[in-house]
Amino acid sequence: MAKFTAKPDELSKIDFTPPRTRWMETPVEIREHMFCHAAKPKELDVVGFPNGHEWRPQDEDWKLPENWERMLLEKMSDLLGKYRSFKVFMDICVRCGACADKCHFFIGTGDPKNMPVLRAELMRSVYRKNFTAAGKILRKIAGARDLTVNVLKEWWYYFYQCTECRRCSVFCPYGIDQAEITMMGRELTNLLGLNIGWIAGPVAACYMKGNHLGLEPHTITSSVEFFLDDIETITGIRINPSFNRKGAEILFVTPSGDLFANPGTYTAMGYLMLFHELGLDYTWSTYASEGGNFGFFTTNEMAKRLNSKIYAEAKRLGVKWVLGGECGHMWRVLHQYMDTWNGPADFLEVPKSPITGTVFENAKSTKMVHITEFTADLIKNGKLKLDPSRNDHLKVTFHDSCNTARGMGIFEEPRYVIKNVCKHFYEMPEDTIREKTFCCGSGTGLNASENMELRLRGGFARANAVRFVHEHYGVNMLANVCAIDRATLSTSMDYWVPGVGVTGVHELVGNALIMKGEKERTIDLRMEPLPGKEGAQ
Amino acid sequence: MPTMDFQGKQIEIDEDGYIVNLDDWTKELADHIAKIEGIDMTESHWEVVNFLRDYYQKYQIAPMIKILVKEIGKVMGPEKGNTKYLYELYPGGPAKQACKIAGLPKPTGCV
Repeated sequence: MAKFTAKPDELSKIDFTPPRTRWMETPVEIREHMFCHAAKPKELDVVGFPNGHEWRPQDEDWKLPENWERMLLEKMSDLLGKYRSFKVFMDICVRCGACADKCHFFIGTGDPKNMPVLRAELMRSVYRKNFTAAGKILRKIAGARDLTVNVLKEWWYYFYQCTECRRCSVFCPYGIDQAEITMMGRELTNLLGLNIGWIAGPVAACYMKGNHLGLEPHTITSSVEFFLDDIETITGIRINPSFNRKGAEILFVTPSGDLFANPGTYTAMGYLMLFHELGLDYTWSTYASEGGNFGFFTTNEMAKRLNSKIYAEAKRLGVKWVLGGECGHMWRVLHQYMDTWNGPADFLEVPKSPITGTVFENAKSTKMVHITEFTADLIKNGKLKLDPSRNDHLKVTFHDSCNTARGMGIFEEPRYVIKNVCKHFYEMPEDTIREKTFCCGSGTGLNASENMELRLRGGFARANAVRFVHEHYGVNMLANVCAIDRATLSTSMDYWVPGVGVTGVHELVGNALIMKGEKERTIDLRMEPLPGKEGAQ
Repeated sequence: MPTMDFQGKQIEIDEDGYIVNLDDWTKELADHIAKIEGIDMTESHWEVVNFLRDYYQKYQIAPMIKILVKEIGKVMGPEKGNTKYLYELYPGGPAKQACKIAGLPKPTGCV
């Protein structure tokens, strides 16, 4: 594969002219840099996924199993019976087009099949042909078509060009959730062994070792030790967190990216410093060592299996409740699925902050609290000593992660925390934040490198909003609460808006936090000089 | 699965040119991959590759860049313990290019 070299001025010239042919007559073109590599069979085999085989998306022959059409339609029938939402979303769209220009992939590619309405129509057409009387009789007039190899390829290409961000659903008068359609599309392609490597790899690693990166227990502890050395250099304080400690009050679960990828590692340092300062009775787990859930991008059953370890570990350790770190899709799973999949967690207690006494009624059923809820409550109750001037060199904006924003309505807490630890905060335009936030462009396991054009096109809308505050207010730091964001927005900013860095919210907290017995700080968590302390080193 | 011809053997590689079976790795193969990448392996290059391999053997994953920077600084002096130095050695990125030459798999997930 040739290296992706297109420059921003080239990529930002987007052609919105639709093809001359009607959509059903316009065959899919699988373009380089727009798709991810195929999953390796061994990574599918290890979790028991069916039909793992060697194939390449760009090849003519996908080496499909013999009776694939029947397998796929039978599975589709199962899914229609099992998920009422899927059936309803196949039936009720009136093709009004309100969603058409709301998708970051449509905005960045101009490809009509990235309009959510048409992406869904790719599947609805097959649904009509096989599951409705009108479609069976009237065929094309009723918008129905046969399931062919080319249709399957089209599904694959476009269902792996949707990040399940659900921005379109905010604008749909019926509330059709495109994410659920994509989830079904991915479940169906997964059935035929047509998953992608960037998803299958983390799923296999998480199943075998407890986290997406495949970090073993001693790797996790050594990584945290490394952070502790840096924290000691910065603050003079040696922190001693515990791992797998039975009887701790709280289990802390965060995405493994925080332990191993910049700038997430600075966020992890922020957690460690905050918990130490509070004297929190908590523990990390080297078993439930992943908050994220790439299984969610394959099948619901796989997501359930990977998620199950969080409650299992909470039970084994005998904690009272679970505190969760800064992650995106983790919270969609925790907030909307975990309780029915793996609950009820009746062996846990309704989360109560041991520092403020606040009872998190909103987490009454799942028993899991988001760290920005926890920290916002600490600040509100005056429990933290903060020096926001340590972040004075930063002009910060906040990117709402799709899943925490649209999936669970966390809008105020991260903003409240940021405004208390930084003096300069600016919002991006209102149509691009909160429930209307734009996706980073690389969620749902599409954060590989071979699909870089897709990622940058998908990130274009978000980047434009950042560029606006960068140019108007001099914003130079993009805060967020998601590990995929931290990894992918760094790439997107370097490309589209150079000069804007990316940070987790708790990195900002760690910098501003005044700790008991700390030495005078001269450097921040990245080991860079603090404002006004440039000559101190 | 694509392969790479080396000393009369077919070495399995992935789509991005990383070797699939880590046992296939030899110093000669590393030299060969480096040539494909346009890199002439000097002692400084080997320091990085050797560290990566030792780390991988112990932890089953390629190290974070900040661990790499710190460790190289310890071994080779503080003037070399920085990202700039590593990028001078491996313009394709120490994480990607140096790992490829060291025969380590790419990390996947939220990275």
